[in-house]
Amino acid sequence: MRLNFKDLKNANIEGPHGIERREFLKIGLVVTGIFAGGTVLSLMSNIQKVFASPEEFKEKYPYKPHYSMVIRQSLCIDCERCIEACALTNHVPPYGYRTAILERLVPDAVGQKREFIPVLCMQCNSPPCVRACPTKASYKDKNNGIIMIESKKCIGCKACIVACPYNARYFNEEKHAIDKCNFCFDTRLSKGEKLTACAAVCPTGARTFGDISDPSSDVYQMVHQIERPVWVIRAEAGTKPNVFYMKA
Amino acid sequence: MADETRSSKVSIIGGLARSFNSELFSDIYSTIIGFLSGTRSFYILFALGIMTIFAASIGGLDAMRIGYRHAYNITREIPWGIIISTYIFFVVTSTGLCIVSSIGHVFGVKDFMPIVNRAVFLAVVTIFAGFSVIFFDIENPFRMAIYNAISPNLTSNLWWMGTLYGAYMFFMAIEFVFLLLENHRFATYAGLAGLISGVAAHSNLGAIFGMLHSREFWYGPYMPIYFIASAVMSGGAAIIFFTWIGYKVNNERMDAPMERAIEVVSKLTALMIAVIMFFTAWKIITGLVGSPAKREVIKAMLVGPYAFNFWVFEMIIGMIIPFAILLGTKFRNVNMSFLASVLMVIGIFIMRYDLVVEGQIVPVFHELDVNEYKQLLHYVPSFHEIMITIGGMGIVASAFLIGERVFKGHKSSH
Repeated sequence: MRLNFKDLKNANIEGPHGIERREFLKIGLVVTGIFAGGTVLSLMSNIQKVFASPEEFKEKYPYKPHYSMVIRQSLCIDCERCIEACALTNHVPPYGYRTAILERLVPDAVGQKREFIPVLCMQCNSPPCVRACPTKASYKDKNNGIIMIESKKCIGCKACIVACPYNARYFNEEKHAIDKCNFCFDTRLSKGEKLTACAAVCPTGARTFGDISDPSSDVYQMVHQIERPVWVIRAEAGTKPNVFYMKA
Repeated sequence: MADETRSSKVSIIGGLARSFNSELFSDIYSTIIGFLSGTRSFYILFALGIMTIFAASIGGLDAMRIGYRHAYNITREIPWGIIISTYIFFVVTSTGLCIVSSIGHVFGVKDFMPIVNRAVFLAVVTIFAGFSVIFFDIENPFRMAIYNAISPNLTSNLWWMGTLYGAYMFFMAIEFVFLLLENHRFATYAGLAGLISGVAAHSNLGAIFGMLHSREFWYGPYMPIYFIASAVMSGGAAIIFFTWIGYKVNNERMDAPMERAIEVVSKLTALMIAVIMFFTAWKIITGLVGSPAKREVIKAMLVGPYAFNFWVFEMIIGMIIPFAILLGTKFRNVNMSFLASVLMVIGIFIMRYDLVVEGQIVPVFHELDVNEYKQLLHYVPSFHEIMITIGGMGIVASAFLIGERVFKGHKSSH
């Protein structure tokens, strides 16, 4: 017997449409996320671990505001004004840094052969540094999710430096404690500023800062879309970073 | 001339003791006499030990003055260097001395009894040396004393390690006091408490490394288990090493039970060498198929910048030759067992160094393939770091020699 596709009966299943269709696409993205060398896999899987299910995006961010940064890697021109502004704002000594710009050369690429990757503390939701600290000098702020340091409790054992998968920490001689990026919380955010020093000074808009739990924020809009890949660095470390990466 | 001065000093002390006519004073008197009547080699070694402690203290204080960042070659990429590995070396030895001596004293295996007193004393000495060394690595040791107590982080292996080692040192010191008082029941209880806290502390030290999931070379249950196994190996080597030297500086001959004790400790040590070789083999084989970062370390270890350390010091000097010596002499030649233990102590020191440094040589951003972190990182200890390391050894040497004299060769009645 020959099957005629047209004659086959619909098994009473409606085609995917509306919200269902979007959900379906998201699932597809998670499954097929492997396509770009595994890095994109982190996109939805990381976000989904933050909230219980995709529909409940807004409610499920654990902090309010849930500070986050999106780095549009291809916009970075390595002018290093972010590093300068950070050092000036947060009194970072010349022997240390809170943020850096890494350079990747791809000699056999067609066209542009160089790209820059700004890095800073990823303010992880599952921070290895906080677990390693013996005295709770490093802790995750219960309100905004920023990894903070209470300098007077820091014994300088350097376990957090070794634990950090992002080389985000250094020992600050002046503070006699570990120092790291805190999204300018003490120097700017707590004083009513809306942006970190690095995001405010960036001439190309490579760094976007905001509250990812707010659907109207830029960071939310950039991360919660499926047109362009979003990833995190070293997703395999399982730290659930709050700094996301994408191309412009 | 020197003898005259000494005897005149002695007579003054003796006169004092007689005038007080108390048992305590005559005890102190006889201890001092015992201390002063050592052999020449004893005094040379003791003077060397004190001099290294003195020099290292100056080095350590100087490092504190100018700041560890300037004095040490540690960086934000490799923040743990030779001071941390030396600390581990000492506490591995201490835990091993505790475990091996517990076979005799806690679990009642008679053959191990003769080595117990010396081993327990040295367990206290080596943990103290470890604490002294790490004092110069912790940036704020005084804050540690406060916030370890009032702001404990129970998920931190470092907190558990520090706290349990504190308890361990206390229990081992108590055990030693009870051994001196010949109160063996309480000594056994203290020894058991010391054993439990020591094993818990030491496995937590392994877990400090084993629970760093961003450091593939260390991550996993291997480290805590390996640390305990290698502690037993180190403890065996340390017992043979120090017992042999103890008998030499005391200018005494071992009696039959002590020779028998060295024989059984040699057997246990050889067994543990085999265990550690087995561990090391599987660490390498599994690492060869691991993540790129882990493979980089294994490569550095086998054929790269750490190959000399690994093959010559860790394998040949630390394990293969000692194993051959112990097996070849059927564990019965005390002098050859001592030679094996010397080689092992050297090899194990390098093992600890490599373990700590190798875990950090692959940059965390290595897989991003960025220009800054394409190469393996590099670390060589600085002058100050080496001074402090040697100072730790000076502490062990001096305290060991004082112990030999004051406790008269650690003889016990059982």
